[in-house]
Amino acid sequence: MRRIRGTRRGLLCAWVYIRVLRLRATRAGWGRSGLVGVGCSSCSSVGRASGSTGLNLSWKLCVTIMRLVILDNYDLASEWAAKYICNRIIQFRPGQDRYFTLGLPTGSTPLGCYKKLIEYHKNGDLSFKYVKTFNMDEYVGLPRNHPESYHSYMWNNFFKHIDIDPNNAHILDGNATDLQAECDAFEKKIKEAGGIDLFVGGIGPDGHIAFNEPGSSLVSRTRLKTLAMDTILANAKYFDGDLSKVPTMALTVGVGTVMDAREVMILITGAHKAFALYKAIEEGVNHMWTVSAFQQHPRTIFVCDEDATLELRVKTVKYFKVSASIQVQLYLKDILQKSKRELSAL
Amino acid sequence: MRGGQVAARAPVIQFTNCRILRGGALLREDLWVRGGRILDPEKLFFEERRVADEQRDCGGCILAPGFIDVQINGGFGVDFSQASEDVGSGVALVARRILSHGVTSFCPTLVTSPLEVYHKVLPQIPVKSGGPHGAGVLGVHLEGPFISREKRGAHPEAHLRSFEADAFQDMLATYGGLDNVRIVTLAPELGHSHEVIRELTALGICVSLGHSVADLGTAEEAVQSGATFITHLFNAMLPFHHRDPGIVGLLTSDRLPAGRRIFYGMIADGIHTNPAALRIAHRAHPKGLVLVTDAVPALGLGNGRHTLGQQEVEVDGLTAYVAGTNTLSGSIAPMDTCVRHFLQATGCSVESALEAASLHPAQLLGLEKCKGTLDFGADADFVVLDDSLHVRATYISVGLCSALTTCLWWG
Repeated sequence: MRRIRGTRRGLLCAWVYIRVLRLRATRAGWGRSGLVGVGCSSCSSVGRASGSTGLNLSWKLCVTIMRLVILDNYDLASEWAAKYICNRIIQFRPGQDRYFTLGLPTGSTPLGCYKKLIEYHKNGDLSFKYVKTFNMDEYVGLPRNHPESYHSYMWNNFFKHIDIDPNNAHILDGNATDLQAECDAFEKKIKEAGGIDLFVGGIGPDGHIAFNEPGSSLVSRTRLKTLAMDTILANAKYFDGDLSKVPTMALTVGVGTVMDAREVMILITGAHKAFALYKAIEEGVNHMWTVSAFQQHPRTIFVCDEDATLELRVKTVKYFKVSASIQVQLYLKDILQKSKRELSAL
Repeated sequence: MRGGQVAARAPVIQFTNCRILRGGALLREDLWVRGGRILDPEKLFFEERRVADEQRDCGGCILAPGFIDVQINGGFGVDFSQASEDVGSGVALVARRILSHGVTSFCPTLVTSPLEVYHKVLPQIPVKSGGPHGAGVLGVHLEGPFISREKRGAHPEAHLRSFEADAFQDMLATYGGLDNVRIVTLAPELGHSHEVIRELTALGICVSLGHSVADLGTAEEAVQSGATFITHLFNAMLPFHHRDPGIVGLLTSDRLPAGRRIFYGMIADGIHTNPAALRIAHRAHPKGLVLVTDAVPALGLGNGRHTLGQQEVEVDGLTAYVAGTNTLSGSIAPMDTCVRHFLQATGCSVESALEAASLHPAQLLGLEKCKGTLDFGADADFVVLDDSLHVRATYISVGLCSALTTCLWWG
């Protein structure tokens, strides 16, 4: 067992990947290395144990620790998010009749997270064979093979590098003849898959989740939406800066659809998202900033980098950083005690 | 749509751990093949909801489109210009052996020959798809007999011709028909050449300028009439002169028809052209450079005396001369050697060198949608190369019917 220094500072110094003795607790069904990330928000070094034991994590504890997880930079935030997703899938132990359903975003924010997930897959630690994915949105009227369509994005940045079954990768079809029927069918597919276990999302500069633009109903379902000017401007960079080429309509999951997920993780990185994060966390639930709806979700994690916290109060940031570290300490003590008990029982 | 259904049932093969030449760059992508065609994996994933049936690890190699040789006079003892009873088997032998050089399509070339040879040989070389039996025949390249006396090179003087009054009919009578012909090399300074060039172009036959003493003006007019190729640039033409660049001047001419690109063949064997001249041509007009072997029957054979057309040639190492003279008589460097030498001599990128042997000849012949490229829908003719551009394997599409791509490994 790795020595854990007793001081709080010691605990806070590093990402701690604990290598414990084989517990008779549940073993990971997938992957072989202990990829447990115990989030320590004030640290910046990242380690990884090359162990072969899975860990029985108390997920309830984990989630209440980390409602707002702040990492030093984009790369660390992406890695943290990817590890979290990876561990959720591994712990779930998906199989033939038991698929893990994942909601997925697009855009520049999750790219680092996708790269990391691909890395874990290529290392043999993570398989997507029994994972079903549901993407948040897709442009209307853009050919499926257009380089800026979300189908192309998901193929190039994720699907082509992993072993997911094509029948389990669901993306809305923006070229369907009956768009509302396509949306209804999507909702039905989610229901038939047993609901979403973990919905990963991003946030727009105007605080939108998916394409639920300011003014969207907070109980909305999957539907056709006209895009706000802010969004069109933000997307213009992907269309050679030509506003006329940017699609003006999209199919999107509703705020209500994402709220139905058992767990939600929102990725927010970069200073340009800071104001939206402030509105989402420190102000009230407001349909002009649709991400704020997740204040009322039982299990939401906001993963961000330092830049994204620039508009938050110092008090808020300190609270979450300190709170996280206290919880980490408690959690590690908990683990230590458990393993001592197991040791003495052997 | 029977062909489409057969293709859809064919196994999907995914070549992984490789770099593919696509869009002028070497990309770290997988190559997907089905039914002898390059497949779009994104379409397969989202529309057919299928994954690969088989994955093949390429060990980090480069996958390039199969090379296309538009000027090859024979090889391995076979002489295309020799009128034998069984020309077909000679062509088949060469087709099979050049696969190991990375060539998946070629134009058997006939040098200046008497009428009887054309009448006998041409009908025996039909256009043919490639396969495990050998590279595909795209059509015959007729180099001569309508060429310049002074610049005949290794072509026999006795059989040179000029156009009679009814030039096109004269040409038809000479060749006995143009059915299997793909490229014709002629000297544009010959009388009546323009009407011949126009007629040939209208038939879809590529006209090439070579073995000529034409000045730049004459050459430009020939291009305006339809000529699109220059046969082995620098060789068998007037040398570049700063007040009259001659045919070489076409590379930078501003009197070419709008949107038309002139292509030029280069024998990059280290002997036919000085590397400095190769670099000048490449830098002046990189997108028009087409690597050719101009290989003689002595290709693949050892030193000694062999036959080319109606003449004897002497092989010594990498050089082949007309027996008893100092006149070069074609090259015996295989295509992959030419690609490597071209890369090393010009210092160009690997992508440029590979495109000069694949994409550019395909563009010359108007085949760039299915040959010379690894774009989706193209024929799955490709060559597996290591980092020093040595051929490790050649894959050649067998066509939709057989629905399989066959590989030939060279170890």
